[in-house]
Amino acid sequence: MQEWFLDQKDKFYLNFIKDDRWRYLWDGLGVTLQITFFAVLIGIAIGMVIAAIKSTHDKTIDSIRIKILKYFLKFLNFLCNIYLTIIRGTPVVVQLMIAYYIIFQSSNNKVTIAILAFGINSGAYVAEIIRSGIMSIDAGQTEAGRSLGFNYIQTMFYIVIPQAFKNVLPALANEFIVLLKETSVSGYIALQDLTKGGDIIRGRTFDAFMPLFAVAVIYLIMVIFFTKLVNILERRLRKSER
Amino acid sequence: MNDNYLIETKDLCKYYNDGKIKALDNVNIGVEKGEVVVVIGPSGSGKSTFLRSLNLLEMPTSGKIIFEGHDITNHKSNINKHRQKMGMVFQHFNLFPHMNVLKNMTIAPIKLLKMSKQEAEEKAMDLLRRVGLADRSNAYPSQLSGGQKQRVAIVRALCMNPDVMLFDEPTSALDPEMVGEVLDVMKNLAKEGMTMVCVTHEMGFAKEVGDRVIFMDEGMVGEVGTPDQIFSDPQNLRTKQFLQSVL
Repeated sequence: MQEWFLDQKDKFYLNFIKDDRWRYLWDGLGVTLQITFFAVLIGIAIGMVIAAIKSTHDKTIDSIRIKILKYFLKFLNFLCNIYLTIIRGTPVVVQLMIAYYIIFQSSNNKVTIAILAFGINSGAYVAEIIRSGIMSIDAGQTEAGRSLGFNYIQTMFYIVIPQAFKNVLPALANEFIVLLKETSVSGYIALQDLTKGGDIIRGRTFDAFMPLFAVAVIYLIMVIFFTKLVNILERRLRKSER
Repeated sequence: MNDNYLIETKDLCKYYNDGKIKALDNVNIGVEKGEVVVVIGPSGSGKSTFLRSLNLLEMPTSGKIIFEGHDITNHKSNINKHRQKMGMVFQHFNLFPHMNVLKNMTIAPIKLLKMSKQEAEEKAMDLLRRVGLADRSNAYPSQLSGGQKQRVAIVRALCMNPDVMLFDEPTSALDPEMVGEVLDVMKNLAKEGMTMVCVTHEMGFAKEVGDRVIFMDEGMVGEVGTPDQIFSDPQNLRTKQFLQSVL
């Protein structure tokens, strides 16, 4: 028993302390968080725009009386559909590699490329989440808003979106958790994120157990912390209705 | 054209499926200022469609709607401005669940009429007192009974100082014991001289408050008359059949 314990202590020293190997995890964590944070922002921005275009198209296309406006909206909707189909129809790793090796071939700023790739990928999923939230609000709410004299945009901002946001919060939080974990494929473009950091240690020490479990535990802690945060927010939002 | 009409429809048509279904078929109706018009008819007769096209919640296929001298079906007219003058009450209340009663009532006057928050709230409280709900001003819609919700929905529309009130079966979704309290509010409103167009199944209300009753059938106006004429001496066969089945 004691022997096993001493053995683990040696392994811990070998994997994390010797040659400052913990820095692979620490620096990798920084990169992972950086990519996730900015990718989330891009994802939300893209998602909101796409959701706005698509739900406006679905809700109003039959009542638009000006021809040019109608065709313009149809065209935008068509572009959104192409984006959604391609992004959701191909693996994120492939998208990441295409971004790095083909589209941004001349650039070597891997972190920025990863942020863009993951952000554009997440945007497609966020768009569909937000759109489903907007479409889930009863048409009577829009009608009540419009009948008071609000225009379409005011009705969306004051009445539909606040209710939709509350409904989609769990799905949105889930998407961000998925995104955080998805960034673990950044190693494919030789980016040293958290996962790659653990893998590098494994390569140096020939011990897989400790570094990989450490990586897993760090992801797990981040996800648990984030879930708690969302739960608090959710409860606060619900309170306003009771 | 009758200059006394506050709102008037001319050859109003609403078709679905490329004209196969005629929800509204050449409806010509004028509503005078201060008049209470009650629209009755069997389900699917187009009475809700008619009411909802008056403020363009349904876009008519053809025809005109003249409101306060403006053709609001014209592309260039600003429908949002005209809607501010047309209050609407729905069958399912459609209160905003994420706002309390006071906010439900004041958001439109504050944002659209640029009323100050204080002024809007005073007006809202005054209206709430008149319908006996002053103590519920901080409640959320989910905490109200159906009758209370509908009374709030009525005063929410009144907060915008409308020139006409449109009621789309306001008591149809209510429990029987709550119908009375909503009808009372509507009766008072009629007494104060509000112009009203009501789609309803409450024949008692139509008799008591209506200045004119319109019977609609298959998207057309079947018969128009005073409540006395329609209820005691209907001319149209369909009107007779309908009244026999509901009275």
